[in-house]
Amino acid sequence: MADARLAWWKSSAAKAALGWLVVLAIGAAISPGFFELEWREGRLYGTFVDVLLRASPTLLAALGMTLVIGTGGVDLSVGAVAAISAVLAARHLQSGGNAAMALTLGLGSGALLGAWNGVLVRKLGLVPIVATLVLFTAGRGLAQLASGGNVLTFRSDTFASLATGTLAGLPLPIWITLASLAALTFVVRGTSFGLYLQACGDNPRAADLAGLPVTAVIVSAYALCGLFAALSGAIVAADVQAGDAASAGLYLELDAILAVVIGGTSLRGGRVQLVGTAFGALILQTLTTLVLVQGARLEFALIAKALAVVAVCALQSERWGELLRRRPRAGGAQ
Amino acid sequence: MSATAPLVELRGVSRRYPGVRALEQVGLELRAGEVHALCGSNGAGKSTLVRLLGGVERPDEGELRVAGQPVSFASPIEALRAGIAVVHQETHLVPQLSVAENLFLGRELRRGWRLDWPAMRARARTSLAQLGLELDVDRKAATLTAALAQLVAIARALDLDARVLVLDEPTSSLDASEVERLFALVRRLRERGLAIVFVGHSLEQVEAISDTITVLRDGRRVGTHRARELSREQLVASMLGRELASATRGAARIGGGAEFLAARGLGRRGAIEPFDLAFQPGMVVGLAGLLGSGRSELARALFAADRPDQGAWFVDGAERRLSGPRDAIERGLAFCSENRKLDGIFPSLTVAENIAIASQRHRSRWGLFSRGEADGLARASIERFRIACSGPEQPVGTLSGGNQQKVLLSRALTLEPRLVILDEPTRGIDVGAKAEVEQLVEQLAARGTAVLFISSALEEVLRHAGRVLVLRDRRVVATLEGAQLDAQEILRRIAGDARDG
Repeated sequence: MADARLAWWKSSAAKAALGWLVVLAIGAAISPGFFELEWREGRLYGTFVDVLLRASPTLLAALGMTLVIGTGGVDLSVGAVAAISAVLAARHLQSGGNAAMALTLGLGSGALLGAWNGVLVRKLGLVPIVATLVLFTAGRGLAQLASGGNVLTFRSDTFASLATGTLAGLPLPIWITLASLAALTFVVRGTSFGLYLQACGDNPRAADLAGLPVTAVIVSAYALCGLFAALSGAIVAADVQAGDAASAGLYLELDAILAVVIGGTSLRGGRVQLVGTAFGALILQTLTTLVLVQGARLEFALIAKALAVVAVCALQSERWGELLRRRPRAGGAQ
Repeated sequence: MSATAPLVELRGVSRRYPGVRALEQVGLELRAGEVHALCGSNGAGKSTLVRLLGGVERPDEGELRVAGQPVSFASPIEALRAGIAVVHQETHLVPQLSVAENLFLGRELRRGWRLDWPAMRARARTSLAQLGLELDVDRKAATLTAALAQLVAIARALDLDARVLVLDEPTSSLDASEVERLFALVRRLRERGLAIVFVGHSLEQVEAISDTITVLRDGRRVGTHRARELSREQLVASMLGRELASATRGAARIGGGAEFLAARGLGRRGAIEPFDLAFQPGMVVGLAGLLGSGRSELARALFAADRPDQGAWFVDGAERRLSGPRDAIERGLAFCSENRKLDGIFPSLTVAENIAIASQRHRSRWGLFSRGEADGLARASIERFRIACSGPEQPVGTLSGGNQQKVLLSRALTLEPRLVILDEPTRGIDVGAKAEVEQLVEQLAARGTAVLFISSALEEVLRHAGRVLVLRDRRVVATLEGAQLDAQEILRRIAGDARDG
């Protein structure tokens, strides 16, 4: 029997990485300055660094989304949760609170709201789309109530450094994202929770019969998703030094789901592809940046994104692979 | 009657799936005006045969003849055109459409380019009336009872001018009066000259309705008999036993020592009547009964997979209420479901992950999952059970049925359970793997693990069990042990005492 273990270059993550390389190559071809880097005041500048920086909020939310999709669910409330987190943090800072407390408030609310989603899904047996649609709808309203309908601006250099700070020449959000990716990869690969999470998505009935703590796993997965959505919202708030209930995290859920799908995690649940998700988010941001750098209208970025999604998903699809392999045989090679 | 030429004939038909011979050289003749019952336990090949007749699948070998002419159906539609209509167990009506719409779905009557609803309604009414059904044709299919939906599905089949009607387990969700109504219709259709295939599990029903009975076992035809000439015990014997006459009693594990687990009056409404069951270390208890007799329901209630609504468990003498599988595992139970795909494996996870997952929380420190440890566990199991795979990292979904079964057994055993519940562990796996599974039962018993062994193959049960519970109609009807443990006695109990008394 042939070795059924996937060669690394056949893995979903590798395919998503390949997709990103293609997009980067196109970028280098049409935009000569794409990879130009400049060292200024102890920090690296350039379009490429900008791509990594701008991708960070989406990537963070997408990592959390990957866990939820791994359980066979989906979380539509990610954008709303990001907005709530941004507004709560901004409100605290505006009234003179300290940055650490503001961040804790934002992240804590995200985790709680995520857990709420998980309870709706597991305990009330709601379909994930419906369960998280509740918060998708109500969440932005809550954020608006909390902000009194205003954009809450604040001055806090400590909190702002979450987005504008630099470590070893790279913007802090890039490091936060890398650290999150590493941590979650460890959680998925190296803990019981990670194993259970993938099992629950792969076959929920079997998970129950095998005595796995299904409820705890599902609720935790949604809570983590909420936590990372909140982190994403906090970074966005830190970046603009304001909590804007209307725009923070807008369409974040869609980009996050797209990144997960491009990354090769099945929407039916099961195996989780965190690294694939990361490349998925990078593909999306690189395309957006490229279109903007070219001076084209942002609308084109959306179309380019859609085409990229179709292309990479075709690459990930087994049916497609089969069709491509079958063709030469049907043509009567030999 | 048998003088007439068969309407449909199967000759030497075989169908294989990877690792399984679903049908092997099966012949079958269906005649006009005859109800032909297909009997056999789980995995005997009935459903495969039905799929071949209905054009869902094609045989690998052999031929299908309709009115003497060899045919090959590329799709169910071609089978329908040839006059063979299959009504499946779960009727395929579109719930949100009306009865009339369902009847004409895909072949709507038209007047010009418009759908001719008045005509369709009228014709729907007449075709239902012919079946003795007075039904509002505008009713949504979703509001019909299972029995009515079944009859509408039959009406739909007949409206296509079917000459052969295949009823695949039509009675499984009907109550007694509904069954009687269905049978009245079947008899009427028989008089009209249709050939009818009836697939069912209840011996009473098979006896009541069929003219001819074909028994399948392990994908082969055991025999075709006139219904009148076949006693119920003979029927059961041919369905269940391979060589029952020579069925050898094995070690007959009765175990020894104190009862560590007992169920008293455990039951679940509509699934299994209250039963008593007790285990000593090293004891093998067998469950015998036909499909649908409540074997799996008993097992699932014992494991708290479906929570019993009455009765209690006693673990080491103390009364306990098990809240679910997790609790049951904690008390030393392990369960291998008969449905590997649905209830057992995690297909995209690896062999190592599948084996290690259930016992993970006992091994784990700080909630960490050690891949090295899981691989070690998997390697030991791969060697012990000779699991054919490329290594611990192969996804389980890509293994054959027998090897998936071994992975599930390995998973259960890593829990070091005091009682293992094995529901049809030998079903759908090849002969070699069967022997290995049986060997394992003996090893477990010898080591002091109790086993609840469920199998449709009576000789397997007889070989290992020191005590056998016979089930019929979701009720334990007899508990046999010692000298009573005898194939004929079990068959007699399965067939039902009613006729003996």
